[in-house]
Amino acid sequence: MDLSALLKRLSEAHGISAYEAPVREIVREEFAQHSHEVRVTKMGSVVGVRHGSGAAPRRKVMLSAHMDEIGLMVTGIEKGFLRITKVAGSDARVMLGQEVVVHGKRELPGVVGSRPPHVLPPEERDRVLPFDQLFVDVGLPETQVRRLVRVGDLISIRRAAFELKGGLFCGKALDDRASVAAVAVCLETLAASQHKWDVLGVASVQEETTFLGAATSAHGLQPDVAIAIDVTFGEQNGVSDTRTVGMGKGPAIGIGPNFHPELVKALVDTASKLEMPYQIEPRPGASGTDAWPIQVARDGIPTALLSIPLRYMHTPVETVSLRDIERTGKLMAAFIAHLDDEFVKTLTFAID
Amino acid sequence: MILQQLSEALGVSGNEDAVRKIIADAVRDHVDELRTDTIGNLFAVKKAQAAQGAKRAFKVMLAAHMDEVGLMITGHDGNGGLRFQPVGTIDDRVLLGKVLLVGPDKIPGVIGVKPVHLLKGDEGKQVVKIDDMRIDIGASSKEEAEGLVKLGQVAAFSTRYNKVGRTATGKAFDDRAGCAVLVELLRGARFPFDLHAVFTVQEEVGLRGAHVATSAVEPDCAFVLEGTICDDLPKDKDISPTTELGKGPAISLMDRSAFADRRLVDHLIATAEKLGIPYQFKQPGIGGTDAGTITRSKAGVPTAPVSVPCRYIHSPVSRLSLDDFENTVRLMRESLKRLTPDVLKRS
Amino acid sequence: MKDLIKKLTEAYGPSGYEHSIRQIIRDEVRGYADEIRTNALGSLIALKRGKGKGKKVMLAAHMDEIGVMVTYIDEKGFCRFASIGGLYPLTLLGGRVVFGNGTVGVIGMEEKHFERGKTPPLDQFYIDVGAKDKASCPVKVGDAAGFSRPFEDLGDRLVAKTMDDRVACAILIETLRKLRRCAHDVYFVFTVQEEATLAGAGTSAYGINPDMALAVDVTDTGDTPESNHMAVALGGGPAIKVQDSGMVAHAGVKELLVRRAEEAKLQYQLEVLTAGTTDAMAIQMVREGIPTGCLSIPCRYIHSPSEMVDYGDVQNSVKLLLAILSKSIEL
Repeated sequence: MDLSALLKRLSEAHGISAYEAPVREIVREEFAQHSHEVRVTKMGSVVGVRHGSGAAPRRKVMLSAHMDEIGLMVTGIEKGFLRITKVAGSDARVMLGQEVVVHGKRELPGVVGSRPPHVLPPEERDRVLPFDQLFVDVGLPETQVRRLVRVGDLISIRRAAFELKGGLFCGKALDDRASVAAVAVCLETLAASQHKWDVLGVASVQEETTFLGAATSAHGLQPDVAIAIDVTFGEQNGVSDTRTVGMGKGPAIGIGPNFHPELVKALVDTASKLEMPYQIEPRPGASGTDAWPIQVARDGIPTALLSIPLRYMHTPVETVSLRDIERTGKLMAAFIAHLDDEFVKTLTFAID
Repeated sequence: MILQQLSEALGVSGNEDAVRKIIADAVRDHVDELRTDTIGNLFAVKKAQAAQGAKRAFKVMLAAHMDEVGLMITGHDGNGGLRFQPVGTIDDRVLLGKVLLVGPDKIPGVIGVKPVHLLKGDEGKQVVKIDDMRIDIGASSKEEAEGLVKLGQVAAFSTRYNKVGRTATGKAFDDRAGCAVLVELLRGARFPFDLHAVFTVQEEVGLRGAHVATSAVEPDCAFVLEGTICDDLPKDKDISPTTELGKGPAISLMDRSAFADRRLVDHLIATAEKLGIPYQFKQPGIGGTDAGTITRSKAGVPTAPVSVPCRYIHSPVSRLSLDDFENTVRLMRESLKRLTPDVLKRS
Repeated sequence: MKDLIKKLTEAYGPSGYEHSIRQIIRDEVRGYADEIRTNALGSLIALKRGKGKGKKVMLAAHMDEIGVMVTYIDEKGFCRFASIGGLYPLTLLGGRVVFGNGTVGVIGMEEKHFERGKTPPLDQFYIDVGAKDKASCPVKVGDAAGFSRPFEDLGDRLVAKTMDDRVACAILIETLRKLRRCAHDVYFVFTVQEEATLAGAGTSAYGINPDMALAVDVTDTGDTPESNHMAVALGGGPAIKVQDSGMVAHAGVKELLVRRAEEAKLQYQLEVLTAGTTDAMAIQMVREGIPTGCLSIPCRYIHSPSEMVDYGDVQNSVKLLLAILSKSIEL
């Protein structure tokens, strides 16, 4: 597959939490290429199903990457300008001068306006403008704006995705569409090999708000084992390297209470056998990813987390290494290819 | 003594193996079923003394959590020091000058600090943040440290248990005290219903084991056994100590995670009053327990927490009263003996 | 409906202590529902069965109110307290509270620690029930109190404590009374513990497992002097929630509400709330997920003892619910 082209399509698609329809269509199309069937869950997550070669009833492994992105929402209209607030974890600091798309009765290109330095008192420039002091300008007269836009309409970031040097790729919503691409790589790799278990590749909804998609999908699908795929902080300017993992150094395998130790061990062993670079990421508490709700769904699901290193999280210029996405997809495929009933026995803790 | 054994065992959230084994061995001969699940909970079922007549057996769940707060190793410094983050909530100030046992090999390590002699100006008045602390296991290089301790391994306080008159000191009484109470209840006589004891994991990082356990057990009601805050040091104001040492088991009414079911609370009070067992109320609105997730399981589970008061929880050393411990066992045993489905009837 | 709102808002029922208000509501729905029951945590469920070809709909309004719980009685008989739900310290000084046993208390403040220009934190307040000492204090640790204020009818506007969320309970009761048998099985749920833990909502939804749920709760307005910007105003009609700080409403449910409001020619508003959430947040996460939205009653001075709503908004909320229930539900 042309990973760069897929990533560009995923990144540029719109799909703010709870309104994922546009990106859902792209994911359905993509997953359909290497799945035996594609479903959409009650709450809107996409599931690409690959049947395993084992005898029925087959065990199931669920992969979960979220397809929703953060964004903005209209809270009012004043003199034709739009007042805004955030949907999930948008960062006010990157908004000034940003191009956006307003999803009104039709899509309207707009900009987050910034007053020029010439008219600002010096102390004003030392202040981060909070969301309720920002305005979106769609360039239309007030009467037209009021006909086309209402309170509650969504606003997406407008950013064409592109490649940087060093095999790096940049765009909005790579948190977590980079992981959705990794799931696609995994399905494609599995289609060319053998696996006993059924594979459920899930592009979940509403991770950025409430983890709704992961929680409800896990409840419905009831997998035996699950892997969540998300992004983590890649080394970058302005952040101490004690808080980041390397860029282009392979997927980060999470270790901590949220993850089953046998799954962690199996992923590390698989990566070592493949001679694939990987990193270990200690997580002492809640992981802040789909892994968190999945682990406690139903009567408990053994879960692991793979994280793709990403710079500038929650900005329009999120940056990842294409190589890391590929590695993550291939690691999952190799792990899945080895899943058998023996493995399940290792998942219950011994007391004799 | 079970409380001593449990207190000295190492079981930071996500790494409860040692505690689980001690408990399994302690109760094995006293229960009808013993099993674990995939997150690490230990389930022990003690069936009713006589077969229950009802078509669906009345199920009572008792929960105590096996995990303790501790530290997770998050990095290796060039000079051999270990970087770490807390597992669960810990006040940074209790860590300086303490001894930890690190990893499955229990390697001793220390958290040091810049000597007083070398402090300048107001430095001595500033709280040292956990990001600036290191565990020193004696390694002198990054490579040496990496060979001995891996990323993600955990460290627990090294405190030994000590009996002092009618009190005891030790680490992790939150919640090894609760676990010990539950072990004692399982080692006693049967009750008029099927008792589902669950020794849960990962309470300290988000009530995780209890969430899963309650989904599996589907109890009619539940009790949570805890080691809870006793804040009776002298204060400037006449305000609540949350609980008091020596005043008996503390019954919770409301905390930040849940409301106790009043019918269960009234049953506990009635039992205590009838038999002259001392009891107190935990200061409402403080802390949280596994009840937070148990009560919200599926269609809802009436729940009540009962706790042994412990001074200085979430620090290297706590103190509890052995009288409080024994009275907690007694209150629970006597209340459970008299517990019938009628207690949950609504007027 | 004003008498019903008066009766409900003046009733006692802090989170965890809903027995009184539950009984009152039970008496109000008796005779209108096909089945009434109380579930494990105390939520009241009144079912009106449908003709059989429709959906299972859950409407949720919470019975509990914010309040205080006594945590400690000092030597002189003054009571320290913990908040039940979200209390604004600004609303406390000089306020009156009433306990389940009828005892009335006044809220006082530590003068010594008062810093001019700053709002004291909750732990610098106490309740004075007029006791002379600890032994003769008529309340004990664990007793809970709600605020004490009478309902006021200002004509178009109504003022009371606990409009949040008893006005919604009144709306649900009125809807149940006016509902002619429709296609859908409608569960009118009066939930417990919303203000503190949302425990009643999720557990009720789990038991019912509806096809669609609507939480009915109050929401903020932006129409008072120097208020933070918010596009909802008293008298602008029932508000249809788009998002709040806890969740984004299900798009299909939101659009259904808008459609039915427009067909019925009812004025409505779209609500974006930046601070606060409702039972809907807990309901939507249950099982494989439940498409959930929220019908909000615009309300000024939420979580103060004097919450104000517009009577027209209240009546129109009943009309909107009836319009939704009397037609098909397609999401």
